[in-house]
Amino acid sequence: MADSQLTSPYIPNTVDEQAAMLQAIGVDSVDDLFQDIPAEFRNPGLNMPAPLSEMEVLQELQRLSERNLYPGRYASFLGAGVYRHFTPSVVSALVSRGEYLTSYTPYQAEASQGTLQSTFEFQTMSSQIMGMEVANAGMYDGATSLAEAALMACRITKRGRVAIVDTVAPNYAEVVRTYAEPQGIEAYTVSSSVRELQPGTACLLVQSPNFFGYLEDMGGLTDVAHNHGALMCTSADPVAMSMFKSPGAYGVDIATAEGQALGVPPSFGGPYVGIFTCKQEFFRQMPGRIAGRTTDTQGRTGYVLTLQTREQHIRRERATSNICTSTALIGLMATIYVACMGKQGLRRVAEICYHKAHYAAGQIAEIPGYSLPMEGTFFQEFVVRCPRPPAEINAALQDRGIIGGLDVSDLTPNGMLICVTEVNSRREIDSLVSALKEIG
Amino acid sequence: MVQKQQLPITSEDYQRRLLMDRSVPGRTGVSLPALDVPEQPLPDTGMLRDDLELPEVSEGEVVRYFTNISQLNFSIDTNFYPLGSCTMKYNPRVNEATASLPGLAQLHPRQSPEQAQGALELLHGLQEYLKEVTGMQGCGLVPLAGAHGELSGILMMRAYHVANGGSHRRKMLIPDTAHGTNPASAAMGGFDVVAIPSDADGNMDMEALRREATDDLAGVMFTQPTTLGLFDTHVVEMCRIIHEAGGLVYGDGANMNAILGRVKLADLGFDVVHLNLHKTFSTPHGGGGPGAGPVCVNERLLPFLPEPVISVEKSSDGDRYVFSRPAQSIGRLGGFFGSFGVLVRAYTYITLLGGQGMLDISGNAVLNANYLKEQLRGYFDLPYDRICMHEVVFSAKLHKGVKALDVAKRLLDFGFHAPTMYFPLVVDEALMIEPTETESKETMDAFAEALRRIDDEAANDPDFLHAAPHSTPVSRLDEAKAARQPYLRWRPD
Repeated sequence: MADSQLTSPYIPNTVDEQAAMLQAIGVDSVDDLFQDIPAEFRNPGLNMPAPLSEMEVLQELQRLSERNLYPGRYASFLGAGVYRHFTPSVVSALVSRGEYLTSYTPYQAEASQGTLQSTFEFQTMSSQIMGMEVANAGMYDGATSLAEAALMACRITKRGRVAIVDTVAPNYAEVVRTYAEPQGIEAYTVSSSVRELQPGTACLLVQSPNFFGYLEDMGGLTDVAHNHGALMCTSADPVAMSMFKSPGAYGVDIATAEGQALGVPPSFGGPYVGIFTCKQEFFRQMPGRIAGRTTDTQGRTGYVLTLQTREQHIRRERATSNICTSTALIGLMATIYVACMGKQGLRRVAEICYHKAHYAAGQIAEIPGYSLPMEGTFFQEFVVRCPRPPAEINAALQDRGIIGGLDVSDLTPNGMLICVTEVNSRREIDSLVSALKEIG
Repeated sequence: MVQKQQLPITSEDYQRRLLMDRSVPGRTGVSLPALDVPEQPLPDTGMLRDDLELPEVSEGEVVRYFTNISQLNFSIDTNFYPLGSCTMKYNPRVNEATASLPGLAQLHPRQSPEQAQGALELLHGLQEYLKEVTGMQGCGLVPLAGAHGELSGILMMRAYHVANGGSHRRKMLIPDTAHGTNPASAAMGGFDVVAIPSDADGNMDMEALRREATDDLAGVMFTQPTTLGLFDTHVVEMCRIIHEAGGLVYGDGANMNAILGRVKLADLGFDVVHLNLHKTFSTPHGGGGPGAGPVCVNERLLPFLPEPVISVEKSSDGDRYVFSRPAQSIGRLGGFFGSFGVLVRAYTYITLLGGQGMLDISGNAVLNANYLKEQLRGYFDLPYDRICMHEVVFSAKLHKGVKALDVAKRLLDFGFHAPTMYFPLVVDEALMIEPTETESKETMDAFAEALRRIDDEAANDPDFLHAAPHSTPVSRLDEAKAARQPYLRWRPD
């Protein structure tokens, strides 16, 4: 290769080896291997920088990293669908193992039992947390899980309308619309006190705790859906599910969740993992991969990808979804996190979040000009009505080393959505409260 | 040979017990801080849960369990993994180091763009790199995997036709060699799929294409190089026919590794292309994701990109990066801005390799595939005997009574992951081999030698191959039983 120097630690071929290989192939140069590309378009030139050493790249990425103002350096009270929780050190140590990190989707089951068994564990953990009968191997994220739940409900009921409660996170509702509209599915909005659904409604989509952190009347809404022959589809915070009644306990048909809260870093929005569970009677309509237990020719237990006739590589345009590569490694991260937490640990985390958030809410509500405008039970997030635009308050908080809550003034007047989890110390909460007092 | 001594506790079955079967009430794998605020009143007990069962195991048990089962996997770090169409190349560890920098990993997606200028600068830089590699005018980083990128592209094609009075354009042409995600994505976008056959050289059949280029045509989804590992030489003519009929050309960029820096798909006439960053740009595959599937578009489709895209506002105080919503955006496709951690890894990888590195990747990937093809010539049938791109497709049909499946399973005994088998569908008993640029000549020589020995075994002892693999943690698994009696989660015995 005329243009080749030994530039990359990732490419082993030496110039001599390349020459020997070209001779074996019977061509003169690497360029000759690209002769099927029309000459006028071949070797167009790339306007890209020269290679850098690993040291220089690390320095550049550190510069970009430090250009951000991030939680850890600053106290942070942001949640709104992405939650910071303490993650035991073993989680990242185990998911960094090359056997997990650098394997492919487990098509060759005999060579992929580690991935398949941990996927089976993920399905078990997902079903248990959601109180549901079956789970798949995971979707891209919480938002796409809810969208796929809506499509699945339309397939099951053979209906073409989807009702979305207006307390579902706006970004989730938008994703549902993006997925639904091209298939001729109409999405409409209802309030959380809805009693009547439009004719032809396939499902009611509910988030609990909702976007504002409050629990919905799950029993009542499930009855509304079922009375109309529609399915009840929900999205939940899995940490809250260790403390509050599960979707399964309310008779929910398809229960989804954003799995990020289970030990996955915020990472500016991804990668996360969508938890997807449903009643046993519907599992053949589930999207995505599913691991199942079976035996080998000698009767030993093993795991395989199963029910693949639902999937795109077999069913093509008649598949239940187009999903292929999903988020196996993030599912593994969540599984290991839950294994460390265990039955008592996960409940304890939820209770600490609950107590801290309610302590913070009580303190903030006593500041003149601040109030809690919403009624009901919340978990770890709540809306504060501020005396002036939250954007101004957040700017003043930033000067004091605090990342404030999410500005939701477009949804509720002067509203700020504040999240408190176990990573927020009392000192951080008290600093937030005194800062708000000062800012007024 | 000394027999391995086994107590029940060291037996393989015991090692593979599930977490719930290891659970002992009272154990935990975490230490949590004491509550440092006064306890608050709990809600009505009717809302609270008391039925959640989760495993109770110590931290050391968690580590041993997940370490032991990890060792049942083949992976790039441990094995040659020539899985065709999957581009299983070495994954540099610097990618992991950068993605876990605190200012990137701890950054919250609800922070203001002002607080996240470093992240936006990185994303903008990646958009520019991907535009340059494809020759396109715009790039959206939102799609969370390859199939998600396909869905984005399909929805953009749909939105384009609707905006241009073409709502009746419902027909999507897809070659019979395509990945299954292509027709599945087209169906999710509301299109009717029509399959186009391949000709004797493995190119798209142009007569069939012309017949289907009618006024209800929405476009074509095309993988270049194709899944036969060939550069389709009709591609420019194909794009012309589609465009003349009012359609758009979608490029599945799954095989981009072959042509990095060698040709830009926009120059050939493609309107939209998705890239699989977890393949071409070496972010690890993670046993099935996370991936990232950015879409790159030409000027016609620019207004339809999924939101948000990152743009730059120039000023005398320096550049300011902002999120923006393209004018006729197809909307949101995921919770936030894409698979950020994966995008950081791809940006790291591209920054390391630079423009010269792109040429080194494609050059060596194609060189390696052609070298392997020559090493195996004569042992396996080569249905399309041309210079190949990054992968080569053989057929195992020369071996009477031995199937591609048997060859694939037997390879595992030699410590090599199997090639992709039975794909593309147009090749009988297909074995699709993609070595990638990160494998050495010695590894490929050893792999070829293993296949030649298997060829010999096929002639002399076919039953031995039918029973393969012989050395993996489990032998062939009963897939029919798994589907017939679905056992999909732990249950108490």
